[in-house]
Amino acid sequence: MDYANYLYLAVILFTIGGATVLLRRNAIIVFMGIELMLNAANLAFVTFSRIHGDLTGQVVAFFVMTVAAAEVVVGLAIIVSIYRSRRSVSVDDINLLKN
Amino acid sequence: MTSGAEEVLFWCLAPLMVIAALGLIFARKAVHATICMVFVMISLAVMYIANQAPFLGIVQVVVYTGAVMMLFLFVIMLVGVDAGDSLVDTLKGQKWIGWILGIGLGITLFSFLGRLTLSGGQGHGSTVANNPAELARVLLGNFVFPLELVGILLVTAAIAALTMTHKRNLTRRIGQKELADARVASGARLTPLPSPGVFAQRNAMDVPALDPQGNPVESSVSRVLRARGQERDAIYDPEIEQLDKAGRPAPSTWDHEIEASSAALDEMPEQGAGVADGEASQSENSSTEKED
Amino acid sequence: MINASWLLIAIPLVSSAILLLAGKRSNSWGHWLGVLASTASFVVGVGALFELLGKDASERVVDVHLFDWINAGSLHVGAGLRIDPLSLTFVMLVTFVGTLIHVYSVAYMEHDTDRRRFFAYLNLFVASMLILVLANSYLLLFVGWEGVGLASYLLIGFWNHNPNYATAAKKAFVMNRVADVGMIVALGSIFATFGSLEFAQVLPNAEGLAAGNQGMMNLIGIMLLVAACGKSAQFPLQAWLGDAMAGPTPVSALIHAATMVTAGVYLIVRSGAIFTQAPNALLVVAIIGAITLLFGAIVGCAKDDIKKTLAASTMSQIGYMMLAAGLGPIGYAFAIFHLLTHGFFKAGMFLGAGSVMHGMSDDVNMRNFGALSKFMKITWITFGLGWLAILGVPPFSGFWSKDKIIESAFATNHGEGWQPWVFGLVALIGAGITAFYMSRLFFMTFHGKARWSSEESSELVHRHPHESPALMTWPMIILAVGSAFLGLVLSLGDRFVTWLEPVTGHVDEHEPVIAVPVLMIVTLVLVVLGVFLAWRQYGAATVPTTPPHGSVLTRAARADLYQDSVNEAVFMRPGQYATRTLVFGDKKLVDGAFTGLAALIGTIGIGLKKLHNGYIRTYAAMMLAGLIIVLIVAYVIWN
Repeated sequence: MDYANYLYLAVILFTIGGATVLLRRNAIIVFMGIELMLNAANLAFVTFSRIHGDLTGQVVAFFVMTVAAAEVVVGLAIIVSIYRSRRSVSVDDINLLKN
Repeated sequence: MTSGAEEVLFWCLAPLMVIAALGLIFARKAVHATICMVFVMISLAVMYIANQAPFLGIVQVVVYTGAVMMLFLFVIMLVGVDAGDSLVDTLKGQKWIGWILGIGLGITLFSFLGRLTLSGGQGHGSTVANNPAELARVLLGNFVFPLELVGILLVTAAIAALTMTHKRNLTRRIGQKELADARVASGARLTPLPSPGVFAQRNAMDVPALDPQGNPVESSVSRVLRARGQERDAIYDPEIEQLDKAGRPAPSTWDHEIEASSAALDEMPEQGAGVADGEASQSENSSTEKED
Repeated sequence: MINASWLLIAIPLVSSAILLLAGKRSNSWGHWLGVLASTASFVVGVGALFELLGKDASERVVDVHLFDWINAGSLHVGAGLRIDPLSLTFVMLVTFVGTLIHVYSVAYMEHDTDRRRFFAYLNLFVASMLILVLANSYLLLFVGWEGVGLASYLLIGFWNHNPNYATAAKKAFVMNRVADVGMIVALGSIFATFGSLEFAQVLPNAEGLAAGNQGMMNLIGIMLLVAACGKSAQFPLQAWLGDAMAGPTPVSALIHAATMVTAGVYLIVRSGAIFTQAPNALLVVAIIGAITLLFGAIVGCAKDDIKKTLAASTMSQIGYMMLAAGLGPIGYAFAIFHLLTHGFFKAGMFLGAGSVMHGMSDDVNMRNFGALSKFMKITWITFGLGWLAILGVPPFSGFWSKDKIIESAFATNHGEGWQPWVFGLVALIGAGITAFYMSRLFFMTFHGKARWSSEESSELVHRHPHESPALMTWPMIILAVGSAFLGLVLSLGDRFVTWLEPVTGHVDEHEPVIAVPVLMIVTLVLVVLGVFLAWRQYGAATVPTTPPHGSVLTRAARADLYQDSVNEAVFMRPGQYATRTLVFGDKKLVDGAFTGLAALIGTIGIGLKKLHNGYIRTYAAMMLAGLIIVLIVAYVIWN
């Protein structure tokens, strides 16, 4: 079994997540793209952990998961607040920091 | 390890995952994108388990799929399920930039992978079965401090979410007392509209109620009907009173019109026997009863 | 007393400080403090003189060390005083004439509210001049040099509410500064050649080091000459002396007649050892002296301002001294002799001019004078004695000193070549012209018909000439006595020349190319001719009150032989253009570079501001792009 396959998969998922961030305008979908990127990284960590037989990789993946969860909480709370005040979830509408 | 089975698993799941991930970019509706994500998450969980990280796989399902993605769905519901966006971009050239950068990133990372020489996988061997315990050993051994920090982080995140979404009243809440006082002060009617009254003969909405003296009360009819001129008179009808005494229901007010039309029919040549008779007799009955 | 000779400098300096710091409180007694300080210096000087006279001739060069001044690497300069015949001669001249002029100023500046400040500056001048002549190193001399320049500036521009006077002071200071460049180069060259700046190390070694350093010796000589030209108003740096007459008359008498302008001669004579080893530089000195001699004489013929005429005369007489100094060792002593006598009669004449101005309501235009001899007898007599002295009429002072110079001029270069003839003839002709214009001054002022009137109704200017008070006349009398007899007394038995020998060295006199008696007679004839011509035009005939158009030479002489125009065209204008170009360059290039840089950064900032379009996706794209670049770089490095 070529473990590099998992890594390739992780790379593909990461790329797709990055493209989502750049291409979609709905804030929630952008956020999901970020989540996808984090997950891709997790996959890579777990794969490396298996390759080296070191559990540290899994521990790091565990931490990443936790932090991602916290991040989702805060991020979604922000999106909800913005929606409440602006009635829109398009990221392009939040451009008050222009210039 | 069981390389053959794992390969099959991988090659079955990986393309599906990629397609689902692509669905994230291309899905029009947000809910569809979420479902695609859920698929990806669960597939990842399977992959984790295949990679001898069962604990992580289960946690992936529970935390990521079960909590995080559900959270996404809740927010989508809050925001508006059909809040999709058109494919026409507002930013000039962003589409091209996005694709080029995305593909560029992919190529760069692939080139890294190409140079990579991976040693044969040692795997976790016998510790797979005890994976949670082994993981706990490492976690609480080497990584206690980060563990505690992450705990604090989670608490902070929760409080942050609470604080951010807490609706704050910008003005003081108007309670019931304030509403009542305002109503009294403005001189508006404090009581509901009058009921038809004991002496009323009809309780239709367009018939005014009667006061104890028997006079109609104007304000008992809705203002709208009054403005439209659809209010009817509350005339005292003795027949109805008699009927009341006799315990029989009062005829409806449009009986007068039928009577009038049947009276007109009587004067016409009696040609139709059955129905006209039946009707005439019925109307006669009623008219005679009425004349009584 | 020699060991206490630092008091000579300290007393006037402290007095000056007191007068400046005490301010208006000391207005009532300040001038007497000034006079007292000057007198005290004189007393100390006399004491030192007697002590030196008591010594043997070979011991008459004394170095008094005051304190260690500079110890920097290989430069060691100690601050000290050199008491020897040359310096004491100057000390006597400065303090004696200075004290007399201090007394004169008490009365002359009586109506001036700033009299105390005047005395402070006078004392400052005396202190600086004494530093200059008493210094035992070139560096300390330079300190005094600058000090007298400062005092001169302050005193010329004393009435600085008048912009012309302030400009004149500035002109004097700036021209002196130009000369100081020469002094500084000379100091550096002396240090480079001799390794020290003290007289004790430099002067005795001049002969030994001359062989291999001829170029340096000449350079030092020329540079010292440049410095002397500025201070002594020699060609080409003489334009400031005429304008310096803007200061009060006592200033003109003290500084611009007797003492400061002679500092240049002192410098050259003091550096005689170096000049002797640099014959080319010496020749230049003589030429400059000759040129200035004629220059001053020509200019003096056409001036109507009494003070400016006397200034031109000073310029010319110092030209004589320079000529004498440039003749080599034989001339050094005569230069100092003439300097001494000149100090007396010129200061006396300046004080006389001040007295005339005092009587004629501060008028300086000689065309408004005339027939004053009847109204200002003492002034007339004292001025007359000075006049006769400058003419070189025997037995007055000028005769003894000036004739010696003319003789030495005819004896240069051992009587060979063109030098004796050229220098001798120039000196002779100069004597004749001097006689002419000084007599012109004398006759225009004191003789002839009065071109003023004490009556209101007359069309002439309204004046009330009267004799000056005692405080003014007594100094004039004393100086007149000096003008009359000093020369005779000092030349008896060549005692003055012998007195100066420890400094100048003993030189055998050479015979001039024309015999001495012939020379004397020719000189006297020229002098009488000059007096006669002046009498004919200015004493006997009527002098017009408005200056006549005059010949080309007269008009040129009135304009100082166009020296100012030359200075302006050759130095000032190019200098102005240079500064303007530099200012422009500084503003446009240097400042422009900085402001341009700032503007450039601003423009870049405005351009970069456009990247902040507020859209998150743009920022995300930028981040991703950066990430990709970092990865590529890492990849390249990894390979």
